Amino acid sequence: MDKYLNEFSIGERGVVKKISAEGKIKRRLFDMGVTPNTSIFLRKVAPLGDPIEVTLRGYELTLRKSEAQCILMEVTR
Amino acid sequence: MNFALVGNPNCGKTTLFNALTGSTAHVGNWPGVTVDKREGTYKKLAEEVQIVDLPGIYSLSPYTPEEVISRNFILDEKPDCVINIVDVTNLERNLYLTTQILEIDVPVIVALNMSDVLEKAGDRIDAQALERAIGVPVVSVSALKEQGTEALMERAYTAARQPRSGSTVLKNTALAHLIGDVKIALDAQGVDSPLFHAVKIIEGDELEIAMHPSTVKMVREFEATFSDDTFGDDFEALIADARYNFITKNFSPTLSRKNQEGLTVSDKADKILTHRLFGIPIFLAVLFSIFHLTFAEDFLFLGIFIPDTFIPFEGTVMEGVLGMGAINSPGVIIFNFWNDVVVGSITSAISSLISGMGISPWAISLINDGILGGLSAVLSFLPQILILFLLFSILEDSGYMARIAFILDRFFSKFGLSGRAFMPMIMGFGCSIPAMVNTRTLADDKERTATIRVIPFFSCGAKLPILTAIAGAIAQSTVGFADIITFSMYILGVVTAIVTVLIMRNTTMRGELPPFIMELPAYHLPQFKSLMIHLWDKAKHFIEKAFTVILASTIVVWFLTNFSWNWQMTDDISTSMLSSLGQFIQPLFTPLGFGAQLGAWGWVFGVAALCGLIAKEDVIATFGTLSACILGAALTEDESGVSYVLTMVEVTGATVPALISFIAFNMTTVPCFAAVAAARAELPDKKTFSWTLVFWLATSYVVGAVVYTVGTWWWTVFLWLAAAALVALAIILYNRKHKAV
Repeated sequence: MDKYLNEFSIGERGVVKKISAEGKIKRRLFDMGVTPNTSIFLRKVAPLGDPIEVTLRGYELTLRKSEAQCILMEVTR
Repeated sequence: MNFALVGNPNCGKTTLFNALTGSTAHVGNWPGVTVDKREGTYKKLAEEVQIVDLPGIYSLSPYTPEEVISRNFILDEKPDCVINIVDVTNLERNLYLTTQILEIDVPVIVALNMSDVLEKAGDRIDAQALERAIGVPVVSVSALKEQGTEALMERAYTAARQPRSGSTVLKNTALAHLIGDVKIALDAQGVDSPLFHAVKIIEGDELEIAMHPSTVKMVREFEATFSDDTFGDDFEALIADARYNFITKNFSPTLSRKNQEGLTVSDKADKILTHRLFGIPIFLAVLFSIFHLTFAEDFLFLGIFIPDTFIPFEGTVMEGVLGMGAINSPGVIIFNFWNDVVVGSITSAISSLISGMGISPWAISLINDGILGGLSAVLSFLPQILILFLLFSILEDSGYMARIAFILDRFFSKFGLSGRAFMPMIMGFGCSIPAMVNTRTLADDKERTATIRVIPFFSCGAKLPILTAIAGAIAQSTVGFADIITFSMYILGVVTAIVTVLIMRNTTMRGELPPFIMELPAYHLPQFKSLMIHLWDKAKHFIEKAFTVILASTIVVWFLTNFSWNWQMTDDISTSMLSSLGQFIQPLFTPLGFGAQLGAWGWVFGVAALCGLIAKEDVIATFGTLSACILGAALTEDESGVSYVLTMVEVTGATVPALISFIAFNMTTVPCFAAVAAARAELPDKKTFSWTLVFWLATSYVVGAVVYTVGTWWWTVFLWLAAAALVALAIILYNRKHKAV
């Protein structure tokens, strides 16, 4: 099943299929290791509902839901 | 020789730098940007080596000032060796930067930091296998324990003496031919590090494309014929993916992980600290503790158990230092000790020394009131500024600051700021200076400018006397509760900040909401050594300012206060240049309620506000001096200054709205010289700085006028609301039109 990272619920894991961001945000996502086939685990949502905290490549990354919306994921579990 | 340290943020780079350079380190700014430039010397080799600590970066992309600085430094300054620090507990992302550095024609050595932490966790890394795979020396170190640093420097020294040409991990990708062709073309043009530039051009790097336009055609032609199943013709994605693939394929075997899953100590801490329900209350408690430790005069609220007669060291110079009827917080104890004992005795020693030397009275006055008075006013903040710095540095180094940004980003994004903007703003309640320096954590220039401008509205400790004295006078002479007035004024400041940020982010400081894609580093204990180095830098910086900009400004104000227009020294302040300047600007304050309507002595208010530029404590102090002149005799000393204000109210007939307007004006106007100097240093350029001064004056004028007119004639609130609605409408219409274009 495919969905965007911002639609994930806590504890869900998936693999990046496609990144539709542009410019600065796209570059930043790549630099932080969000590339196709990377496994991402949604760890936490901030107390006010945004941003989210994910685990990838063995570290923790935070990003806003508006940025996570650019990341299409394939749910693995 | 010249070595450069490069690595990700939070990889232990600064710790390694401190271990290598020790006391030789000094901090400056990179030209044109306010990013710290740290330099030092390593002395244990055959020759001295200069070490530059480049800013922490994730990539050599051209999007943040840190990345541009680091990449230009390596390319243009050509260090003899680049030491790339890699945090082995986070190997994949750290090596991503390594793969980019390897493409530059410069000797590189990789320092595997925190190998000891990894071994403790039962993991192991094969440094030799890594060395074979990337073709540059790899050395295991522990920056924290200062282990392996000598071996690292020995090998770096050897590497530095052999020229190295760049190598890429993209050799087996679909782009290998294109990279080779562009590289040859650049090489023919005599470009240094052709491989690095070739890859960046193909990635679509804006800086590179502007610099080498001739090769872009080659890339476009190739692009037209190229299509990949996953990436289409998105070379940027293809290259990033290839780098990470190279890392995971080749280096996974070098890192044998034992216990991959399971919660670490850091995870457990994070579970509580960013908890859905407890996260915000914990954060508020941490914040309260910081201010309590720094500013409270009733530490831990022990006052209820201590009799009012408790005055340790009564009758000595130490009287009141530890507290009166309560225990002071450590911040206040140090503040009192510094001011009453250290600065106090130095200034009185100098005064008594010069008074016995038989020099002319004006020189004595210059030294006493101008130089010593001004300097001690500014230096008096130093202890509390440093304590605030220390506590906030602990939050930053421990990794909690990043979590605060995480918790609060949602709230701040509504005003066009990121969660990071919170810290500098809240620090403003203590002192604007550390707050303005702290805006360095904000990546976006416009966001930083907007934040620096509103920091003074978060009323600092030095503005509190203005509040307590005037609110006390109002409560005594008419009606109202002093504490309610004080509290409402704090709220007014915050509201002003929110409104002006919203206006700025929709007009002059317009820009996309800065992205919030940020690493949340693992928590770790801050290190004493780095904290102290950090603190020492700040103290040095502040003292330098106190003795230059601020000293010069205080001397000017002293001169205006003590001299009349015929260049004669005068004891009577009402004949001084300052008073005639005050009378000259007095009508300006009429709409604010403390101008022409206050009659002959009304200029005192304007002059007090002017003197507040030296230090905000001077506002009430000026009332004291001037009411003494008016009454012809000094008033009884009064700690809160209420009687000074009452005298001024009696003489001028200032109304309650006018007094509140005066507080509001002082709270939102140009801050003290020390903070102005900090703003100048932190703002991107001179023009922005000038506009910032205009912004402060305009805001305080409008806020004062609103308070006075609405307080005096309640119906004017409708006029102001109508004006606000018109401005909002104009902004919305303007922005809509410009978005459409």
